[in-house]
Amino acid sequence: MSQSASTMGNEKVTSSRRNFLKTAATLTVATVGYSWLKSSQILVYAAEPKDVTLPWYGIAIDIKKCIACGSCAKACKSENDVPKEPFFFRNWVEQYTVKNDGSVDIVSPNGGIDGFVQRVPDEEIFKSFFVPKMCNHCAKSPCEQVCPVGATFLSPEGVVLVDEKYCIGCRYCVQACPYGCRFIHPVKKVANKCTLCYHRLKKNLAPACMEVCPTGARMYGNLRDKNSDLVKFLKEHTTQVLRANLNTGAKLYYNELSSEVR
Amino acid sequence: MEQHYQNLYDILAHSQGYIFPNEIDLQWGILIVIYPFITGLVAGAFILASLERVFKVKILKPTYQIALLTALSFLLVATMPLISHLSQPQRAYEIMITPHSSSAMAIFGFVYLWYLTVVLLLEIWFDYRKSMVVWSNERKGVMKWVYKILSLGVSDISPKAVKWDRKLGYIITVVGIPSAFILHGYVGFIFGSIKANPWWSTPLMPIIFLFSAMVSGIALVMMVYMIISYIRKKSIDVNVLDSIGKFLFFVLILDFTLEALDQIHRIYVAEESFEIIKLLVSGKLYLTLFVSQGLIGTLIPLITLAFLQFYKHQIKLRKSMYFIVSMLVLIGVYSMRWNVVIGGQLFSKSFSGFTSFKVGLIGLDGTLMAAFWLILPIAILSFLLWLLPPWKMVEEED
Amino acid sequence: MKLYIPPQIPRLAIAFAAFISLFLVARHFLVPDTFGKYGPYRAAAMDDYAALEIHYSGQEACFECHQNIEDLKKTDVHSELHCETCHGPGQKHVLSSLPADILKPTGREFCGKCHILNAAKQKDAINQIDLTKHNIGKNCIECHNPHQPWEMKK
Repeated sequence: MSQSASTMGNEKVTSSRRNFLKTAATLTVATVGYSWLKSSQILVYAAEPKDVTLPWYGIAIDIKKCIACGSCAKACKSENDVPKEPFFFRNWVEQYTVKNDGSVDIVSPNGGIDGFVQRVPDEEIFKSFFVPKMCNHCAKSPCEQVCPVGATFLSPEGVVLVDEKYCIGCRYCVQACPYGCRFIHPVKKVANKCTLCYHRLKKNLAPACMEVCPTGARMYGNLRDKNSDLVKFLKEHTTQVLRANLNTGAKLYYNELSSEVR
Repeated sequence: MEQHYQNLYDILAHSQGYIFPNEIDLQWGILIVIYPFITGLVAGAFILASLERVFKVKILKPTYQIALLTALSFLLVATMPLISHLSQPQRAYEIMITPHSSSAMAIFGFVYLWYLTVVLLLEIWFDYRKSMVVWSNERKGVMKWVYKILSLGVSDISPKAVKWDRKLGYIITVVGIPSAFILHGYVGFIFGSIKANPWWSTPLMPIIFLFSAMVSGIALVMMVYMIISYIRKKSIDVNVLDSIGKFLFFVLILDFTLEALDQIHRIYVAEESFEIIKLLVSGKLYLTLFVSQGLIGTLIPLITLAFLQFYKHQIKLRKSMYFIVSMLVLIGVYSMRWNVVIGGQLFSKSFSGFTSFKVGLIGLDGTLMAAFWLILPIAILSFLLWLLPPWKMVEEED
Repeated sequence: MKLYIPPQIPRLAIAFAAFISLFLVARHFLVPDTFGKYGPYRAAAMDDYAALEIHYSGQEACFECHQNIEDLKKTDVHSELHCETCHGPGQKHVLSSLPADILKPTGREFCGKCHILNAAKQKDAINQIDLTKHNIGKNCIECHNPHQPWEMKK
């Protein structure tokens, strides 16, 4: 079979090009494959089996017991390096005053840190109560769902935390939280919120807000432990979570939550 | 910092009703308003271009390259408002290396890259390749090498190769249409999937965003075509304008229908958030919603375009009317973005109060920065039109 | 019949392959080490939190030195009240033992934060006082020992 010189030349060029392409393709597949293997760690554990030897933290707040002294909100700021200005709160206390004419007056002056002064005279009040608020540490947390980089996460103990070294400050989580418990720290410039005093939990100390609450209105505990005070409290009282319709899996249970509360 | 706190004290003094203590400061400001505006322009301009290519609307041919280059100029700038609004912009790369798969925002990096490289750049490349090769042969010096590099050194412009340019370009355009839908639809999804915010949370949000994007893109291309023709002292083909105007009219009707449907549903169903939203719409959002978006941005353009479908006036008046209509439409779509982004943050998630929004002038989050990101694409477009002039392209020989 | 590959395709494929490979290589170096260990987050973040300093010690730490106060408090209505609720964060004082490192609050407003009469407080949650009527001008602790409030001072 005779071939002209030019076609033989073409074939040689074609075959060396083919070899080059083959090598390039192999290298690409190898790199892609390796990187995929490294990242698949994430995919493999996305269906994470929970370690049941660890506690699964929950919170209960007894509205009947709250006297709005503001100690919880104040202690939280001291413990957790939150600026004292009235724009950033990891937890706060609200006062609801339902008047006889049906209107609802809600206030939270400086988050309740300085206590409350009664503003509505007794005769106009139908009922009135205080509602302490804090991060609900949701099991199906919308803030964790929307974080684009994985800086907000649910720890194996059920505490929702923010990785301050990784957060890019996009504020998506602040928008996604239905309870308004997140803010951007003005100095650190990353998302910030109640951590259930994770650093204290690790040392077997109570969160600061619960340590100082004078009436024991705030409680925390291990939802997996049937003998814990928290679980006993949940059993003995009628509790509700905020925004149950949003299905956030909130683990903050309120006793005696009235229908006016959002 | 002191100034920042002083602003917050002012806002606190002006807040109405009860807001959660952390809600005083609005999180997403003017930069997040212009981001969907810019990506909307990209998606809309691209879809107009695809009309010519895929649906063979020949009359739009003069606007084809203009639409693509406009889309590219705005797309190149699209990430910048996002990055400049982050409070840790130097960590922005994290969204590319560890995207959290459940977050719509994480998709952004990859959808953007896909659209930029596989769709827009490739389509422009296939369209211009032959011209770039010819230009690299004709020019000397730096420009010769610039065009050579841009054409990736593929210098084969035989009819067979050029036929493949067209075929591959066609495939890319077809792929590009759903890609454009995803590029802008996901922005709507970012808002629409936030169940915590009832002003945003609706399945219609991605579709509303998409249709208003198409409206803005079409209007932009119409404006750019008129301005470029004016600068080049070439006559504007009024048939092209009529054609674009017709598409603008129909898409505007669809857009208006969708937005009206969203509001009608909200009013009829009157869920728990309805009371506060009613106050929002009749109060703080009145001007931007009813006057700017509704009247100026939708109703007047609709009436004018409807009129122009039936009565074809003298050409000069028609051209002015189209120009004004495009401008009004762009104002309307910008207001829509404002109403969605800012409006959603003005009322508290307690449904019991309002905060207020003070737009700063300077700073990474301010009006000047936003204006810069909006003007930069125009500069880029001018550069691209100089580098890849559509009117100097080497025509097909068939 | 040889398959005709348009000349653009191989060149484009190389360009894309190069870009993707560069991205993957960069990614390999940029992703933090502990990322992905327990979930799509940096596991070391939990250690960062665990390493934070505490400011409130918990009253067990107070009782180690102030046994007498513990005994006193147990006998009266403030028995369930933790020391740091009034005295503020105590860790600094626990470490230094200096009196200056902890608060000794006084004043009607301070006691009033809990005890001031407010219609929203449950009657059985706490004893409430109308500060505009009760012993105006006097400091609460002139009569009430904060650690044993019902034992009136002379």
